[in-house]
Amino acid sequence: MEYIINGIKGAIQIIFSLDREFLGIVATSLRISLTSTALSAFLGIPFGLWVGLGKFKGRNFLQTILNTLMSLPTVVVGLTLYSFLSRRGPLGGVNILFTPLAVVIGQFILAFPIVAAFTSSGANNIGQTPIIAARLLGAGKIKSNLLFLKEAKIIIITSVLAGFGRVFAEVGVSMMLGGNIRFYTRNITTAIALETSKGMFELGIALGIVLISVAFMINIIVFQFQRKQS
Amino acid sequence: MKHLRLLILSIFLSITVFANFALAQETLRLATTTSTYETGLLDYIFPQFEKKHDVKIHIISVGTGKAMKLGENGDVDVILVHARAAEDKFVTDGFGVNRRDVMYNDFVILGPQEDPAKITGLNDAKKALKLIYNNKQMFISRGDDSGTHKKERYLWSKTGITPGPSQYLETGQGMSATLRVADEKNAYVMLDRATYLFNKDKIRIKKLVEGDKDLFNPYGIIPVSPYKYKHAKYELAMALTAWITSPKCQEMIKNYKKGGHQLYHPNAK
Repeated sequence: MEYIINGIKGAIQIIFSLDREFLGIVATSLRISLTSTALSAFLGIPFGLWVGLGKFKGRNFLQTILNTLMSLPTVVVGLTLYSFLSRRGPLGGVNILFTPLAVVIGQFILAFPIVAAFTSSGANNIGQTPIIAARLLGAGKIKSNLLFLKEAKIIIITSVLAGFGRVFAEVGVSMMLGGNIRFYTRNITTAIALETSKGMFELGIALGIVLISVAFMINIIVFQFQRKQS
Repeated sequence: MKHLRLLILSIFLSITVFANFALAQETLRLATTTSTYETGLLDYIFPQFEKKHDVKIHIISVGTGKAMKLGENGDVDVILVHARAAEDKFVTDGFGVNRRDVMYNDFVILGPQEDPAKITGLNDAKKALKLIYNNKQMFISRGDDSGTHKKERYLWSKTGITPGPSQYLETGQGMSATLRVADEKNAYVMLDRATYLFNKDKIRIKKLVEGDKDLFNPYGIIPVSPYKYKHAKYELAMALTAWITSPKCQEMIKNYKKGGHQLYHPNAK
């Protein structure tokens, strides 16, 4: 019991002394995960809206595929990308294995289906009604589409935050594609894995506290939005 | 007001996101064993080199087997490993050139304080493994094709015993993590002395066997062959090899201590 208490004490010390390595690890995590989430939002929201509102054959099938991809195991994504990005692999020439960019790509593959699937099913629930109603009331095409987006705002924000939550907390892709290189690709989760294996709990716990706080904050934001809506 | 806040937030985010991404400092990739990295040796001897050559060494710390695989695939520029036979094969297969000795230490076998297999004080590793097996005790293995795992498998094969899963647990993880498993399970484990000394105060299991010449553990550095991979940073890798085998760095290795114990013995020729 004592060593857990000491670990927590040490962790609090690390957080409040603004330890440079600690802050660097948090920054790396944020930088990589925000980039990959932004990318997935940029491509996933339009794609999700298209799938959700589209009237084409195979729409339900596409939605099922997206739902399945949401639980893509991180290590499978890591392994697959690794074999492509290795020097011996087909994309070896671009030389991005063990860089933050490789992790961003891996996390994008994890987050994209989440953003797209949530947006799609949400948009599908709202349906075409607001757009049709706006058109009937004389709004132009752009205006009625904007009205729809306003209606779907919460869904879109929630889907992006869900994507961020997933990639911020994942370890498989970060470890396999980033290589856990100190001051470069070492992020919160890979650092926790390393510190635990070394039996150094302080830094691990400190980083764990950050991880949980961020998750907590995301949920507060989502909750606030949902309350505003209703 | 609302828009202003949003604007500031997005500017702040894009700065954190894109700053540092394009740091254009030269880098050298080194794949190495978990033991040399986790004991802190590399963080101790590399900064001087990095400063002098204005280069950042990216250390990828995995088992020896994986490190050599990364070298074979051309994903790193140089490897620092410990598995003599496999290292020679790496060179004869054309993946590496100019292998140099760097340092050595030795393996030790740890086990529960009460030592139910009765191996305390033995200096014969094979006999110790046999006793662990015969007394139905649990042995924890790296199981990751690392240098330590290769060595331990070699010793088991010499005893002619193949322990079953009820007595032989493979963690598939690094040295410190495996040591932690052995400690939690109060079981037997073989590991390099440096990792043992580094973790000594944090574990309950004790050092029981040492001093067998079969437990000798030499480390070597091998630049990845520029003939095999044109992109490999051969010159920098050679510069690192020269630095690590230089009298100055060898002296640093000799002086690297933990709790008053020397962890590695330099032996570059």
